[in-house]
Parts: sequence; structure tokens; C-alpha cells
Amino acid sequence: MRVLFKTDYNQDIKFAKHSGYVFWYGLLLAGVFLAPMALDTYWINELTRVLIYALAGLGLMVVTGFTGQVSLGHAAFMAIGAYTHAFLLTQGVPFFVSLPIAALTSGVVGLLIAIPASRMTGLYLTIASLAFAIVVEDVVIHWEGVTGGNRGMAVDPPMLFGYEIFEAWEYYYIVLVLLIMSIILVLNVLRSPLGRSMLAVRDSEISAESLGIRVARTKVLAFLISAALTGLAGGLFAHFIQFLSPETFGILLSIQLLLMIVVGGLGTVHGAIYGAVLIGFLEATISIMKDWLPPAIGNQPGLEPGLFGVILVLFIIFEPEGVYGRWLKFRTFLENFPFYRRNTFKRQRSYLKTERMR
Amino acid sequence: MAEFFQLLVIGLSQGCVYGLIAMGFVMIYKATEMVNFAQGDIMMLGSFVAFTIIVTWGFNFWLGLLLAMGVMAVFGFLVDAVVVRRIIGQPQFSIVILTISLGFIFRAVAGMIWGQAPLSLDTPFVGTSNFGGAVIGHDRLAIMGGTVAVVSLIFLFLRYSRWGIAMQAASQNQLAAFYVGIPVKLVYSGVWGLAAAISCVAGVLLAPITLIGPLNGFLGIKAFAAAVIGGFGSLPGALIGGLIIGIAEPFAAAYLPEVKNIIGYLIMFAVLMLRPEGLFATIYQKKV
Repeated sequence: MRVLFKTDYNQDIKFAKHSGYVFWYGLLLAGVFLAPMALDTYWINELTRVLIYALAGLGLMVVTGFTGQVSLGHAAFMAIGAYTHAFLLTQGVPFFVSLPIAALTSGVVGLLIAIPASRMTGLYLTIASLAFAIVVEDVVIHWEGVTGGNRGMAVDPPMLFGYEIFEAWEYYYIVLVLLIMSIILVLNVLRSPLGRSMLAVRDSEISAESLGIRVARTKVLAFLISAALTGLAGGLFAHFIQFLSPETFGILLSIQLLLMIVVGGLGTVHGAIYGAVLIGFLEATISIMKDWLPPAIGNQPGLEPGLFGVILVLFIIFEPEGVYGRWLKFRTFLENFPFYRRNTFKRQRSYLKTERMR
Repeated sequence: MAEFFQLLVIGLSQGCVYGLIAMGFVMIYKATEMVNFAQGDIMMLGSFVAFTIIVTWGFNFWLGLLLAMGVMAVFGFLVDAVVVRRIIGQPQFSIVILTISLGFIFRAVAGMIWGQAPLSLDTPFVGTSNFGGAVIGHDRLAIMGGTVAVVSLIFLFLRYSRWGIAMQAASQNQLAAFYVGIPVKLVYSGVWGLAAAISCVAGVLLAPITLIGPLNGFLGIKAFAAAVIGGFGSLPGALIGGLIIGIAEPFAAAYLPEVKNIIGYLIMFAVLMLRPEGLFATIYQKKV
């Protein structure tokens, strides 16, 4: 067990709490940067998919994990990011200009949605976000001039300063660098006053308000950041799947994002990453499973969402803190061995929080 | 005029279905403070169960409907008693996520048992009537009649029966209800059962109009919008919200075809902007 002495005023908000952080995260960083050299194209593509999911999950985490507003409409922000990016590319806007604009557009839409949404409490927001996702899907279908409607829209490989990115590993590095930048952004937000207010709003809106935090402003900013990150993920996703169609960004994707952050561990940056890794792993497993399942079950279009549902139910009931929570418990167990008590992480039981009062 | 009347009847009947689902949804919310996002999928399961009993096993329609309602009531009871009850005391989003995932599971299971192809359920309500130029299908009339019957039964049940009063008590204050000897857990599961049975009726009434398929559960999303318009936690509000969305849809399809799929949600957004607590508010500001 490590004992930390405070020797610096800034110690509380440092990213690396002690040398162990530097070592392990450095190792991880080296690992992900060297990974393409050891892997073939298929696995690099799978890794890229995981990184994009992680970015989208990070966006959802900001609003759901840190601010406590369950959004069922984040696929819509991905759609906005993807279509804006793809449309700007067809107009001849360069990649590194179009991507930030796509993220910004998505962020601004998130902001516009959040202004009425910040007046709603939990449940209303969830339903409104679900409805928002459906409205966006409908707009994508009907706005054929820009989105191609149901026919879909092909996306060319990205061009960087006149150099076309064809290889999987080149694109992997672009996504990786953007993901790392986004993680640093989110970590920075989290240790800023805004991030602290988000956590306060999540834990209790009334206490937050009593402490002088502007709840509505916090929620709106959380939506802005969240939608921008998810839109960025959408723009990257557009190149990854190379063909956009409205059903790509349906409700299933929203649920998948939610599944990621719940299974990974709600309320932590680690959770978004773990969740993305698990989802990527799960998708590969399901596609392998389909081969040996009887066709009556294996070829069901509902199989994948059904399995997602089962996993979500099991996690919500048995491990609401997700994989990362389980890992924390295990680590505490090792660190305190043999003094770990089973109730260390036990939740306080309470009555269901009422929403009738607010 | 005839066209207007016809659109109105189509809208009313569609709205009745939304209203019935929304009522099941609101009933659960009112009593247990939980939001059941799987309500639409429970309706879908109800119509499949009715299909199996009536078409596959050859029961009489009315007997089959009653049996299906019974099966769904038991199913709803078990969903609460086995799964949902375990997470009481966790934050609201756990329940949201749990019920959404239950909906996905139901949809997948229904697809595996009954297949993806739409099935048709024969009802006694065939034929059309002509009211001064407006041609109205009997299935539409049956939906409206059925809704009126179900709503009055629920009203009588909640107002006069012992169980209904116990449900009201439990929904107003769990602890107080528990202290006066109401078996709150049992009552809660009972509410889930009742809501599932109501959705089953909605599913069967809807069957002649939209065939039965695993994706019918998505209708539930419109029912949520209806519940939001009516003000969450108000039973008459849920019904009226359902009717508003139901009536708006065919008129939008006739006069503004671009928005026909999303008109319900647009109305919901408008209500949320102007009156965030819904038309029949039941949310109060907490006093500290």
C-alpha cells in the first residue's frame, strides 16, 4: 500500500497521482502506439472501431456519467457529426477544417437541445432525447439534397494535405491522437470548476443549487461538450464505415453507447474506454457465435440487441458500477489484503428517489 | 366534411391505443415511481400471446382475449417481482436502462418464437359502416369502444375496490401504506400486472390495423410522448395526450406529409417548452 504525502498545493488536481500512474499509463500509451506494427489490417480496423466507440462513449459519459442526465439520443449527435463532415468534404472543405466544424455543429445542436432540456428533470429529458433521435433520423431521411436520404451517402477516404489516407494504420493514428486529445480535454474539464459543478448536479440538483451552482448553465455546457465529442466521433465514424445511411444511427446505436458506459463503469473516464473495448470484443464474439448457433436463433435480426439487453440487465442488477467498479474493488482487496471487508463498497440502500418533487 | 370526420375517427382510434399504453405506463409510474420503457414491448408480447391462444390454439376470441390478459398480467407481475424489484433504491437511470434493456430482450425473444413476418389476428370486428359519406371500419370503432370500457373499468377498480384503494395509497406514500398494513410489494407487482393486462388489450385492439410484429413495441415511444404531453403521473392526462398525438397524426399525413412521422414528438417538444410539467401537472417543487 502506498502512502501519499502532500508536498504541493497542486497535488490534488494532478493527472498522475504518483509514479505508478506514469509507469502504467505510459506503458499503455506505448502499447497503443506500437500496436499497428504487430497487427494485421483486420485487427487494426477493429481497434479503430473501438477507439471511435470510446470517443463517442466519452461524449455520452460527460452528460450521463458526470452530469447525471440520461440521454437516449446520442446516436443522433453521431449522425449530425457524420453527415456534416461528409457533406463538407463533398463541398471540398479539407479534412482538418471539416472535422472541427462537424464537432462544433453537433455541439451547437446539443446546446440548442439542452436549453429547453435543462428545465426538465431526469425522465423528461430521457424521453425528449429519445424523441430527438427519432426526429433527427427522420430529417436525415427526408433531407435528400444533403444526406442522400434512404439511398445513403458514400464517404471518400480522408485527404491530408494532398495525401490520401488509404491504409488502416494511418487512420488508426489519426483516431488515436484525437481520442487522446479528447480524453485530456475531459480530464481537464473534470478538474475545473465546471467539472466539479457537473458532479454536484449529478449527485443532487437541490444541493448544487443551494451551493450557488447554476444548474441550468452546467447542464447546457455539459451537453455542448458531450455533443461535440460525440459529433467528432461521428465524423471519424463516417470515414470508418465509408457509407452513411439513416439506419446506421438508429436507436440501437444509442443503446449501444449507453451499454458501453454502464458496463464500463458509469461516472469514470476509464468506464468509457473499458466499455468500448468490451463492446468491440462482444461484436466480434457475436459474429463468431452466429456460425455455430442454430439458424433459427443465430440469424435473428433481434439477436444482437437482445444480447445487449441481457448484458445490461445483468450489469445493472449485479454490478451497477461496471467493470471499472469491479476492478476498483479487486484492487482495494489486494491493497488491503487481508483486511478487505465485503461491505467496503456497499451502497446505501434508499427508497427510490422520487421525481414527483423536484 | 366527410374527409375531416374520417380523419378524426382514424386519429381518435389510433390515439386510444397510444392512450391505453400510456395509461399502463403512467399507472406503473404513479404507483411505484418507476418508468417502464418496456411498456410498448409488453403490448407487443400481449398481442403475440393473444395470437397464439386465438389463432394457433383455436380459442373463441373473447375467451382468448381474457386468457391472454391473464397470461400478460402474470407476466407483468413476474417482471416486477423477479427483476425490477431488485433495483429499488438505485438512481432513476438504473431503472430507465433496465427497462429499456428488458424491452430489447422481449423483442428478441418474440422474434425468435414468432418470427419476423407480420401475423394477422382475426377479430370479430370486420366490415365498415358509412356515416354520411365517411367510411369507418368496425375495427376502429372497436378500439374506441374497448378503450372506453377499459378506462371505465379501471376507474371503478381504482375508486371502489379494496385493491384499487390500496394501490392509490401505496402510490401516495409507500411508508404510510406499509404501516397501515398494505402489502406494498405485492401491490406494486399487482400494478405491473394490471398495466401489462391493459397493454395486452391495446395490442389486441390494434392487431387488425397494424399486423402483429416484433417491432410493434416501438409504438411505446409515442405513448411516452403522450404521457409527457399529459403530464407524467396523471391517468386522464395520459389518455388525452394519446388522443392529441393520435388525432394530429392522420391530419399531418393528409395536410403536411413531411412531418407525419414526427408530429407527435414535435407536439411533445412544444409542450415541454411552454409547459414543462405537462398539461396536467403532478410535479411539485420540493421544499427544503
